[in-house]
Amino acid sequence: MGFLFEDDNFALFRDGFLQTIELSALSALLALLLGTLLAAFRVSPAPVLRAFGTAWVTIFRNTPLTLLFFAVEFGLPALGVHFEHLTFATLALGGYTASFVCEVLRSGINTVPLGQAEAARSLGMTFGQTLTLVVLPQAARTVLAPMSSVFIALPRNSAIAGAFSIGELYSAQQTFSDRGYSIFSIFFWVACAYLVISATVATLFRFLESRLAVAR
Amino acid sequence: MSTLFSRASTASVLYDAPGPKARARYRLFGVLSLIAIAGLIWYAITMLTDNGQFDAGLWDVFQYNTIQQRILDGLISTLEAFGLAALFSLTLGALLAAGQLSDHKPVRWVCVSFVQFFRAMPLLILIVALYYAFFAKEPMWALVLGLTLYNGSVQAEIIRSGVNAVPRGQGEAAYALGMRKTQVMAGILVPQAVRSMLPTMIGQLVVTLKDTSLGFIITYHELLFVGKAIASQPMNAAGFPYIPVVLIIGPIYVAMCLLLTALARWIEARGRRGANRRTSASA
Repeated sequence: MGFLFEDDNFALFRDGFLQTIELSALSALLALLLGTLLAAFRVSPAPVLRAFGTAWVTIFRNTPLTLLFFAVEFGLPALGVHFEHLTFATLALGGYTASFVCEVLRSGINTVPLGQAEAARSLGMTFGQTLTLVVLPQAARTVLAPMSSVFIALPRNSAIAGAFSIGELYSAQQTFSDRGYSIFSIFFWVACAYLVISATVATLFRFLESRLAVAR
Repeated sequence: MSTLFSRASTASVLYDAPGPKARARYRLFGVLSLIAIAGLIWYAITMLTDNGQFDAGLWDVFQYNTIQQRILDGLISTLEAFGLAALFSLTLGALLAAGQLSDHKPVRWVCVSFVQFFRAMPLLILIVALYYAFFAKEPMWALVLGLTLYNGSVQAEIIRSGVNAVPRGQGEAAYALGMRKTQVMAGILVPQAVRSMLPTMIGQLVVTLKDTSLGFIITYHELLFVGKAIASQPMNAAGFPYIPVVLIIGPIYVAMCLLLTALARWIEARGRRGANRRTSASA
């Protein structure tokens, strides 16, 4: 267990930990923005946008994340698109998670009472105003619990990025096992790091729930 | 008052049934978004063509029988790992759920922490650790065991919440008839829980199916691994057929997952019909 505190092992572990957090935070931001946009598309009055949202969700929810990383990391360079690995990973992870955010938000929109939207419309609000000022804020507050599972899953999924040239916790695990340390002690420390991350996200969401949840 | 303000049922909560002006606006909006999306698709196709991704040279490879056979073998390996993982994870889930609901504190404590630990663990980390520690020669078992531990824990939570969702009176009535706990569980609570949770359980099987592609990373020869192997051989001057491989393998995964989802929907619809029949018979 003590190998972590020898040589430069701790630095590698810490860098991997920070990289996991950075990738997760960037992807979470992208997923939140894109997912909200897709949810708006899926409830909008324009059939073309609804179809686009449905297609996105169907494709991204039913494709393995590994395949998405594969497509982004090898496919985009074949098209002459060259970003840093971190950008590629954020695109894959954020695009994948966005489809889940969209579905969670959409189920939240269904829980907002009809009268709310009717009241907004009778005040003369447009679709955009009704959605962004009245319905979405309430929808977001009701779906905090399922949303928390989406964002707890995100850092776990980010491990796959390590297999595609990102120096996060998974690659730290690889490097340590290449250096010949016992796989059990490596697993112990990496497991601890992920447990810390998911516990932090869970606590954050529980705090948000206690502050924002709507009693209905 | 109410008649004055009540309207014909609206298409959605969010917008009114459109009048002539709104219909014209929606039509304009629809056309604009259609143009935008068509533009995006056109841009993507131009990019693919400009980079020679539709050149016959990159796609020729899929005409060979040996390559088709390899893709088929990969698909079979994927389904093999999925089948085993599905079977084992449902069994493990049932056992862990029983343990979590046990009256014996130590059993409950062990099962609850087991479930919490493996649910929080990234599956890839788990599979890779299993691979290096025990299964360096047989990556399939590292994959299957990892999938089983993770998905079994999730299935346990699904079954447990299903059992807890059965109205309390059902269990109480069974106890009052003199049934023992095992009988109440096996005869009364679990069948109802499984019935109500089956769509969710199949949804988790979709996740299991998708996660078999993690086998790619530990060199298990499943569909994605075969795809990478095919794509890693340069075809001609055009280079590596990465995009053709993605365009062929992606739809296979999507189709398999949609089939499973359709099964879940069908079971759900059947269950609802059954429930209605039962209510009308008892009424």
